[in-house]
Amino acid sequence: MEKLINEFSIGMFFWQTLLFLVLLFLLRKFAWKPILKAVNSREENIQDALDMAVKTKAEMKKLQTQNENLVKEARVERDQMIKEAKETGNKLVEDSKKKAKEEADKIIENARASINSEKNAAIAELKGQVASVALEIAEKMLREELSSSDKQKTLASKLAEDISLN
Amino acid sequence: MEIPVMVGAGLVVIGAGIGIGKIGGSAMEAIARQPEATGKIQTAMLIAAALIEGIGFAALFAVG
Amino acid sequence: MILKFILNTFILTMLTFSLSAEETGSHEHSEGEKGLTKEEIDEGIDHHLQDAHSFHLMTNEETGAHYGFPLPVILWDDGLHMFMSSAFHHGEDLVKSGDKTFMLFHNKIYSINESEPIFISKKRDTTIINKEGKEEEITVTDTIHSYSYSEFEQNFISHEGHLPEEAFIANAKPIDFSITKNVFLIIVIGLILFLMFFFAARSYKKHGYLPSGLGRFLEPIILFVRDNIAKPNIGEKHYKRYMGFLLTVFFFIWIVNLFGLTPIGVNITNNIAVTSALAVMVYLITTFTAKKNYWLHIFWMPGVPVPMKFILAPIELLGTIIKPFSLLIRLYANITAGHIVIMSILAMMMFLSSWIGSSLSFFLAIVLGILELLVAALQAYIFTMLSALYFGSAVDEGDHH
Repeated sequence: MEKLINEFSIGMFFWQTLLFLVLLFLLRKFAWKPILKAVNSREENIQDALDMAVKTKAEMKKLQTQNENLVKEARVERDQMIKEAKETGNKLVEDSKKKAKEEADKIIENARASINSEKNAAIAELKGQVASVALEIAEKMLREELSSSDKQKTLASKLAEDISLN
Repeated sequence: MEIPVMVGAGLVVIGAGIGIGKIGGSAMEAIARQPEATGKIQTAMLIAAALIEGIGFAALFAVG
Repeated sequence: MILKFILNTFILTMLTFSLSAEETGSHEHSEGEKGLTKEEIDEGIDHHLQDAHSFHLMTNEETGAHYGFPLPVILWDDGLHMFMSSAFHHGEDLVKSGDKTFMLFHNKIYSINESEPIFISKKRDTTIINKEGKEEEITVTDTIHSYSYSEFEQNFISHEGHLPEEAFIANAKPIDFSITKNVFLIIVIGLILFLMFFFAARSYKKHGYLPSGLGRFLEPIILFVRDNIAKPNIGEKHYKRYMGFLLTVFFFIWIVNLFGLTPIGVNITNNIAVTSALAVMVYLITTFTAKKNYWLHIFWMPGVPVPMKFILAPIELLGTIIKPFSLLIRLYANITAGHIVIMSILAMMMFLSSWIGSSLSFFLAIVLGILELLVAALQAYIFTMLSALYFGSAVDEGDHH
């Protein structure tokens, strides 16, 4: 310890303090400040760029998911549309089938009705004609039968026979 | 110089040596266990070693 | 890089070898003995480690010519005295400045009076009985010799005699503000540092954000100090205020330590005054930038019982001084010890003076030289790191308690 105290030189202490403070001042002003400033701004730039990249990436991802969603929605919509179109088509076909059938039925019905009425008319007419023909025949036969009294008698007995037979 | 004083200083230096050795050894183990904390361990190791070293030097200069 | 360091170490070794060889040579002339005595080696090492008033590179033993250049001597002895160190003629002459006479002996300047003798004294521990009748140990200074200047000159300067062990000259010493070798080299190293970083800083302006040349080499070190020393120890919030001091102190100590390993023989950080100056700055910065929490932890430690607070306060207060003190001692001791060990091993080369022993100590010296390179950087790192730690404790706001 004593050796240390003996070695201590006030002059050296003075010069070291003075020179170090001058060096500190000069370096601070001309070296550390500009260097640290440049380094800091560089680091900030890099950080900003990195942040930006992350941000851009996130945005890209967002856009991508948005796009995907859009595509999905479109697909769903398309499917829906196709389905609807199919349904409409089917319905149309069905409807027209139904209508056609109805029409056909109607036509058939009408035809049937007119046939019936025609038939009825024809039958009626035929009946009339048959009646008149029968009448004529009967008249003629009567005339024939009744032309002689034998014949009238035979007929009358035959008729009577028929009636009794029935 | 008186012999006891020198022996005393020697003992202090041995103690400091053991201390620094232990710090170094523990630091090695710690680094082996957690290699990712190497920087922090080294810093702590150097500080502790420097403090012990200070004691050693104090003893030497008290003698010298 | 490493090659260069090895080369430096090699040159240092060679130079010391040649210096020691010269010393051996002179003693062969005067005393006709082989090798060096322990005192001579001790003195040689001491001399190498000491500051000097002139920049002395080498001496030609045959012609007696000194190579080097003088430096200004500035003394305060009841007035300012300034002259060049060449006036001493390497200690052979006295210098009269004003009404004072100065003598240079073993790198120290003494104020003497030719009519008065030069006292050679020794300190001695003794036990006396004080007024209260108790035994007390005190240190007394005994004058063991007194010489007139001509006798002193005859014995110690012309014949390069040595003072007895532990003896010193008791004559008055003026306050020495000389530009000594160390001061001169601090100026030179300061200039080198300034130019280095000035140009590094300028290269940023030229290339925008990127440095070029030297800046590219220095930037990682600056960032190391910022990211590994300042930020973790002081904290993100306050570290900027201390960056200037930390960077300056780191590079100053490192470069100065590296210069200490070169053959020019600069030993700035093994001067206790230099490390004290740095430590005092650390202490003052810590004290004057300290926040409330720092003082609270010193005078009224939170979280301990009240009686303990009273015990802890003086301990903590003492701790504030011990911390920077340990800084200065550590730096001084590491560098001094390193130099002494290298020099001793080199001296062993002369001591053993055999083929195998010499080459062994030579390689040992090289290995130690490489180790010293590591120590040079490590001590700069530790000094800066611990300073940052102290600053960190000063500005700690106790958020994480």
